Amino acid sequence: MKQLRLIPAALLLVAPLLQAAPLDTGKSQINFTMKQLNVPVTGSFKKFSGTVVLDLKKPETGKADISIDTASISLPTAEAVGEAKKADWFNVAKFPSARFVSSSIKNLGGGKLQVAGKLTIKGNTRDVTAPFTARQEGALTVVEGVLPVSRLAYKIGEGDWADTGTVADEVQIKFKVAIPAGK
Amino acid sequence: MKSSERYSSPAIALHWLIAGLIIATFIWGLVVSDMPLSPAKFKYIAWHKWAGITVLALVAVRLLVRLLKRPPALPAHMNGIERVLAHGGHLALYLLMFAVPLTGWLMSSAYGFPVVLFKVVQLPDLVAQNEQLAATLKTVHETLNWIMAACVAGHVLAAIKHHVIDKDGMLYRMSLRGPRQ
Repeated sequence: MKQLRLIPAALLLVAPLLQAAPLDTGKSQINFTMKQLNVPVTGSFKKFSGTVVLDLKKPETGKADISIDTASISLPTAEAVGEAKKADWFNVAKFPSARFVSSSIKNLGGGKLQVAGKLTIKGNTRDVTAPFTARQEGALTVVEGVLPVSRLAYKIGEGDWADTGTVADEVQIKFKVAIPAGK
Repeated sequence: MKSSERYSSPAIALHWLIAGLIIATFIWGLVVSDMPLSPAKFKYIAWHKWAGITVLALVAVRLLVRLLKRPPALPAHMNGIERVLAHGGHLALYLLMFAVPLTGWLMSSAYGFPVVLFKVVQLPDLVAQNEQLAATLKTVHETLNWIMAACVAGHVLAAIKHHVIDKDGMLYRMSLRGPRQ
């Protein structure tokens, strides 16, 4: 019975979070491009979720928290997908999700935002920042950007794969996040 | 009847250069396709692709050379069937020298692993990424390779037959060392 009485209190705590709109995952995408011997290879993460609050008039007040299901990785071949899930790469058994949490959003004007935040992959957290573009598309706010990251900073590709002569260190994370209008 | 007429020097040089590249690339492809995924495999596949595209470019030059300078006529002792076999065999080899690298390039495009020649020049994708199509193209590429291997074997056996049985001196038309005087 005591627990029942706690529910309204819990709801009060959750209420501010509910105002943050969950992503429209159907219209959002997270792709990445890595280079192996200068050959661009593109993959993506099919499953992710999160909440983003963004008022284009006051972008500084915005916040983003996005979780990515690492096992949903997609690469050109089934063999590559199998490899990417192994311990040397994403180690999806031990680290099933990657996460991005924004720390600041600066308005650069002209629909451009400088977004900074913490990106955690494979248990390693690093500060990242990049200029993103934001625009209104009907009822959706669409944020797009390219985030260059060092794969080795997150220990993505260990052992023999750490050799950047084959797979370059820089990986471009290209994403499109669609946020339904906030209430 | 001995023929002292030879292929042109560019044709001879290209013949042997392409022959060497094709044999090496063929064996390399067999070795690489059985390797487990590793950084070394990425590297070796890249080399295989570079070699294949080099063959494609050289074959285009060779075809041009052949069209500009007609090859010497077949020895007079050859009968009708032998002539058909000789021309058909050469035609098949030319078609395969184009088709094998092209299907390799197509398959790379379909897999989503574009060809970046010598790590510098990215070749355009011939088809959009499609894993099912890629698997089909891989089978086509492999099958054409085995057909080419059979054609090359036939080509070599025919050359030996000319040399050992017919003793018509035909081998010297394509020899790097020139005709025996």
